[in-house]
Amino acid sequence: MTNITPLNEPDISEAPELLAQEAEEVGAPRRSSLRPLLPTMTGWLAVGIGLVVLIIAFAVVGPWLVSDPTVIRDMGLTAPSSEHLLGTTQTGQDVLAQLAFATRGSLQIGILVGVLATALSVGFGIYGAYAGGVADEAFSLLSNVFLVIPGLLLVIVIAAFVPREARGWWTIAVVLAITSWAGSARVLRAQTLSVRGRDYVSASRVSGEPAWRVIAVEILPNLLPVIASQFVFAVIAAILSEAGLSFIGLGAANSWTLGTMLFYAQNGFALSLGAWWWFVPPGLMIALFGMGLSLINFSIDEVINPKLKNVRLHRRRARKIRRLEEAARA
Amino acid sequence: MLPGNPVDILLAKLQQRGGTVTDDTRKAYALLLGGDDDTPLIQQYWQYLVRLVHGDLGVSVTYYPARVSDVIATSLPWTIALVGISTILAASIGVALGMIAGWRPGTWLDSLVPATTLLAAVPYFWLALILVYLLSRVLGWLPGQGGYDVVLDPGWSWEFISSAIYYGILPALTIVIASLGGWLLGMRNMMVSTLSEDYILTARAKGLRERRIQLHYAARNAVLPSIAGFAISLGFVVSGSVVTEQVFSYPGIGSRLLQAVTNNDYALMQGVFLVITLAVLGANLAVDLLYGLIDPRTRAKG
Repeated sequence: MTNITPLNEPDISEAPELLAQEAEEVGAPRRSSLRPLLPTMTGWLAVGIGLVVLIIAFAVVGPWLVSDPTVIRDMGLTAPSSEHLLGTTQTGQDVLAQLAFATRGSLQIGILVGVLATALSVGFGIYGAYAGGVADEAFSLLSNVFLVIPGLLLVIVIAAFVPREARGWWTIAVVLAITSWAGSARVLRAQTLSVRGRDYVSASRVSGEPAWRVIAVEILPNLLPVIASQFVFAVIAAILSEAGLSFIGLGAANSWTLGTMLFYAQNGFALSLGAWWWFVPPGLMIALFGMGLSLINFSIDEVINPKLKNVRLHRRRARKIRRLEEAARA
Repeated sequence: MLPGNPVDILLAKLQQRGGTVTDDTRKAYALLLGGDDDTPLIQQYWQYLVRLVHGDLGVSVTYYPARVSDVIATSLPWTIALVGISTILAASIGVALGMIAGWRPGTWLDSLVPATTLLAAVPYFWLALILVYLLSRVLGWLPGQGGYDVVLDPGWSWEFISSAIYYGILPALTIVIASLGGWLLGMRNMMVSTLSEDYILTARAKGLRERRIQLHYAARNAVLPSIAGFAISLGFVVSGSVVTEQVFSYPGIGSRLLQAVTNNDYALMQGVFLVITLAVLGANLAVDLLYGLIDPRTRAKG
């Protein structure tokens, strides 16, 4: 990135925008100090939150409502009907039931990897940049090395070396986390470097605060939007790579994920037999969940980069002016 | 340390074909593959490095008795052609669309941008399955399997090349659709950020034509991160499409790697990884050199 000016520092050119924003909201109750850290509610954000909440609810509640996904019936590959809402697989298993359990499995892995990768990137990115010196050099070298390693390939090789019986979903999650933290560690490092030199951080350092306290109390709150957006990205990436891994048959043993569903669909010739109800729902589920998370990320991006937000505010003010003009004319 | 043994796999293959396996056969194979050796590891590694310098990557177990360098040489062009062309297409289309969407933020076109996240969140291989189902099975327009018509002999004949292009349309379409969104979004956001710069205002004040401002002032600066991203993604061209190649049974480097992994073919794995690492490192070097060329600001800093 050539844009090296710190993004979350108030800029003189943005002051009129902030004033305009405040002027627009005269009479609204005073906003809390957390407000600038939270994204503004827009139509797309509402769609995103809606999608994510619905899918999480389906993953949590779904498995209790559906029948046993492993039951084999003598009605292979039947199209969706009132009895089996999404039809059946080649061996007569209910696709909807499988989808519920698979969604739960995929989300579990996604969230676990998201948490692990974010923890790693926060640790390496922020601590390295804060400590400076040898630690910084070592940590950025490490993250650069991990950045160049093609993630999915390493995952494939590691997954193939771990014997099938020992390949639980924890193993897969750890492997995915280890290969995916580096990118966000770099982003966090850059942001920390810009925050580290601020006066209030120096002040608390000089007054003898321990390193962990300076990081946790002074630096972390400034980075929260960035961390949140990196977390959301990590979850999407993890779900996608897990699905890819399971699809080529190297996923976790004895686990139900959306990738394994696609794997069985592909190997059960769902494609050549035209059983669209078998292979469309799992991928659509991943796509919709990923879309929901990306839409949430869009709004977080506006918090990180206020220039993007100004665009929307401009538009809103233009609309308002037009309305006022029309009212004046009438 | 690692499970599985290439010698066992070769012997099992031999047995399947009706060969008899004695202790001597086992020993012969082990010697051939460089195992069953009492020399210390560090010395073996040195021997490997020496052979590497001479261009000898060893013998592949999966495609026995082909040499690893030959296996890679036959599969690399497929991947580079397919993924390379589709990456170039996706990047140029995405950047162009992003430039148009970001130029007038707030228009109906721009408000559609969030919808492209759906494209970015779609799993590559699932999109491939859907496209195969629709275009190949239902409509029957394009072939859904393989890299060329198997009746033809690979070579530089027009017949073969046109068949390769025909078979490559569907995988390329998959990659383009799935990666378009990311390019578009990155370019759009940079364009919006650039538009609020002072030099754009100056250009407007000077009364320059809109088109000139759009292309020479805004887009030229906004495209810098996309160019860097493009060079990096060219490095990942070699490795980027393992799963897509698997769906289409494409004869590229990705499916070779998968074969190697499932057969414990360490020599082939090492070879493929070497090629991928070289590609990624080369691309990163290219980015650094390119950046000095296209962005004078990085040169000015001492």
